[in-house]
Amino acid sequence: MQLDEFFVTGEPLIYAGMVSIVLVSAAILFILTYFKKWGWLWREWLTTVDHKKIGIMYILSALAMLFRGGADALMMRTQLAFPNMNFLNAQHYDEIFTTHGTVMIIFMAMPFLIGLMNVIVPLQIGARDVAFPYLNALSFWSFLFGAMLFNISFVIGGSPDAGWTSYTPLAGAAMSPGPGQNFYLMGLQLSGIGTLATGVNFMVTILKMRAPGMKMFQMPIFTWSTLITSFIIVFAFPILTVALALMTLDRVFGAQFFTLTGEGMPMMWANLFWMWGHPEVYIVILPAFGIFSEVISTFARKQLFGYKAMVWAIILIAGLSFLVWVHHFFTMGAGAFVNSVFSISTMLIAVPTGVKIFNWLGTLYKSRINNTVAMMWSLAFIPSFVLGGITGVMLGMASADYQFHNSYFLVAHFHYVLIAGTVFACFSGLVFWYPKMFGHKLNETLGKWSFWFFVIGFHVCFFPQYFAGLDGMPRRVFTIIPEWMPLNIISTVGAFGMGIGFAIFIFTVVYSYRYSEREKTGDSWGDGRTLEWATPTPVPFYNFATVPHVNSQDVYMSLKEEGKTTFEEDELEPIHMPSNTGQPFIMMAFLFIASFGVVFEWMWMAIAGLAAGIVMMIIRSFDYDEGFHVEVDEIKRTERSTRGL
Amino acid sequence: MAGHNKRIPTQHVVGFVLSIALTLLATWAALGSNLSTMWIISGIMILAVIQAGIQLFMFMHVVEFESQNGHVPWNMMFHGAVLAAIIVAGSLFTMSFGFTHNHDGDHQHEQHENDGQEQHDNGEHEGH
Repeated sequence: MQLDEFFVTGEPLIYAGMVSIVLVSAAILFILTYFKKWGWLWREWLTTVDHKKIGIMYILSALAMLFRGGADALMMRTQLAFPNMNFLNAQHYDEIFTTHGTVMIIFMAMPFLIGLMNVIVPLQIGARDVAFPYLNALSFWSFLFGAMLFNISFVIGGSPDAGWTSYTPLAGAAMSPGPGQNFYLMGLQLSGIGTLATGVNFMVTILKMRAPGMKMFQMPIFTWSTLITSFIIVFAFPILTVALALMTLDRVFGAQFFTLTGEGMPMMWANLFWMWGHPEVYIVILPAFGIFSEVISTFARKQLFGYKAMVWAIILIAGLSFLVWVHHFFTMGAGAFVNSVFSISTMLIAVPTGVKIFNWLGTLYKSRINNTVAMMWSLAFIPSFVLGGITGVMLGMASADYQFHNSYFLVAHFHYVLIAGTVFACFSGLVFWYPKMFGHKLNETLGKWSFWFFVIGFHVCFFPQYFAGLDGMPRRVFTIIPEWMPLNIISTVGAFGMGIGFAIFIFTVVYSYRYSEREKTGDSWGDGRTLEWATPTPVPFYNFATVPHVNSQDVYMSLKEEGKTTFEEDELEPIHMPSNTGQPFIMMAFLFIASFGVVFEWMWMAIAGLAAGIVMMIIRSFDYDEGFHVEVDEIKRTERSTRGL
Repeated sequence: MAGHNKRIPTQHVVGFVLSIALTLLATWAALGSNLSTMWIISGIMILAVIQAGIQLFMFMHVVEFESQNGHVPWNMMFHGAVLAAIIVAGSLFTMSFGFTHNHDGDHQHEQHENDGQEQHDNGEHEGH
C-alpha cells in the first residue's frame, strides 16, 4: 500500500484537519511534558477505577465528539445554503452526513448519558462505586478507543459514506470497497463492548448495591431510568454485535450474508440493524427522561408527580421499544399486514410517553419554579419534544410514511426528539450536577445566553425542515433545487445559532472555572432531594463515610428533617475500595491495534493485537488484587476538611 | 473482585474448552464433512443446544441457588427467551410475510403493495 492510499489526499478541508490534529496533539504533548504531568495523567486518570472520574472522562469525550459532530453539521448546512459554491462535493458530503450521524448517536449521546449515569447513579443509591469498577474502566477505554478508531478515518483511509445506518448492499464490499466502511464496523464493534459491559455493570449495581432499606420503588427516577436503560442495552446490543460481525465477515472474508449475489439478503441488515437501532433510540432518551424528572422536581420544589406511573411508563416504553423496528423500513414492501402491525405498536408508544409529559406538567402545576439554567433546559424540552413526538406519530402511519420516508420531514422529526430530548437533557443534567463533579457552579448569566442561542437556533434550524420535507426535499442530498432555497437558508442560520450557543457554553465552562465561587456545602442548589446531594463537595473518593438507612423516596429530604448526614462519626468503619489499575487501558489499546488491522485487512496486525488482548485477559484472570481499606482516621480527616467541621 | 480463594476455576476452564471444541466441530461439519445438508443442519442444531446448556450451567449461574440465598434467574431467562423469540419470529414475519422467496422461476409477489424497493426475492432462507 502506498502512502497516498493510506492517507486521504486531495481535499483542502481534510488537509486543514490533518494540520490541526498534528498541532493539537503536539500542543498536548508539549504541555504534558513541560508541566511534568505525565505521571499525574497516568495515576489520576488513565488508571482510575473511580466511577466519578470515569464519568467525567466520558462527559469530556462526549463534548469533544459533540464538537466534531457539530462541525460536520455546520459544513453540511453551509453546503446546502450555498449549493453552487462547491464547498463540499457529493462524495465528501456523503462522508460527512455518515460521520455526523454515527458520531452523534454512538459517540456523543450515549457516552454523555453514560457519563452522567456513572457520576450520579452510585451517589443516588448510596453505593461507594459501581459493582465492577475494573469493568467500568474497561468500558470507558473501549468506548474511547472505538471513537478514536472511527474518528481517524477521515484522515487515514477515508471515512465511511453509506449513512449511519450503513445499509447493504451499498455498504457491502462490492459497492463500497476500501477501508472506509470497515472503520464503521470496527469502531462500533470496539465501543459496543464497552456499552454492553456498562449495561451489565449498572444493572448489577442498581439491583445489588442500594443503601440498606432502599426499596425498588424508593429509587430516584434517574436511577430507575438507568436500570431500565441497562436492560435495553443488555438485550439490544448483542443484536448489533452479531450484525456487525456478519457484515465484517462479508466485507473482509468474502461471506454472503447481506450481498446481492450468493443468496445473501441485503434487507436482513436493515432488519437486524433496526432491531438494535430502535431500542438504541430509547437507550438515549430514557436516561434523558430521568434527568428531566430530577431537574423538574428539584426546581419546582415538589415531589415528582405520579412517581409510580412514571416508572411503569418507562418500563412499558422499554418493552414496546423491541416491537416497533419495522417502522424504519415500511417502504421495504413487506405488505399491508406486517406494516399495520408495526404501525399500531409504534403509535402505542405515544401512550406511556404522553403519561410522562402529563406527569411533568403535574409536577410543575402550582409549584414555585426556581428558574435556573438547568430548569430552563428542562422546561424548553417539554414543548419542543412534543412537536417531535407528534410528528413521530404521523410518521408511524404506514400509509402516510410512504410520503414522508427519507424526506427532510423525517430529518426534522428525529432531530426534534434527539436534540430536544437527549441534547437538552445532557445540558440540563450537566449544569445541574456540575457542582457535584467540579466543586463550583457554571455561571448562570452566560448559561442563559448559551441556552437562548441554542434553543432558538434549534427551532429556527429544524422547524423549516418539516416544510422542506413536505415540499419533497429528500434527505442525504448535497445539492438542492431553487424552491427549497429559502427554507434551507433559514435552517442554516439556525444551525449557526446553535453553534454559537455551544461556543458560549464552552466559554462558560472556562469562565466558571476561573471565577465561580467554590461550593461550601454538598447541597449546591439548596433544594436537593436525593442522596447525591447529601455527600459533601468535592465528593470523597469513597462517596459515603456512613451509608444512611433509607425508608422514604426523597432520602435527602428526610435526612435533612431528621438532622442526619452521611458522616455519623460513631458509626464509622474501615471502607473497602478497589485499587487503580492500568490493565483496562492497555487491553483496549491492544484491541484498538487489532481493530485497526481488520480495517485495513492486515491480518498479521489483527492477529497480533488480538493475541496481546487475550494475554491481557489471562493476566486479569490471575489478578487477585483485593483492593484496600480506608482507615477510620483518614475518613475523619477527609470528612472534616470537606465539610468544614 | 471475585473469588476470595486462589483456586483454578476448573468449571470455567472446562466450559471454555468444551465450547471451543463444539464450535470447531460445527465448523468442520459445515465446511469439511461430506454429510448431507439435512444432517449438517440438524447436527448443528443439536450442537447449539448443547452449547447453550454449557453456557448456562458453566458460566451463567443457573445453579447459583445452591451456593447462595439467590434463586434460579427464571426472570432473566424468560426475558432472554422472549427476546430470542422476537428476533427469530419477528425476522421471519417481516422478511417473508408478503414475499414469495421462490428461486425457481417467477419472481411474483403475493401482494400488489410491494412496489419494488431494493429488496426483491433474493434469498430463500432466513437464517444463514
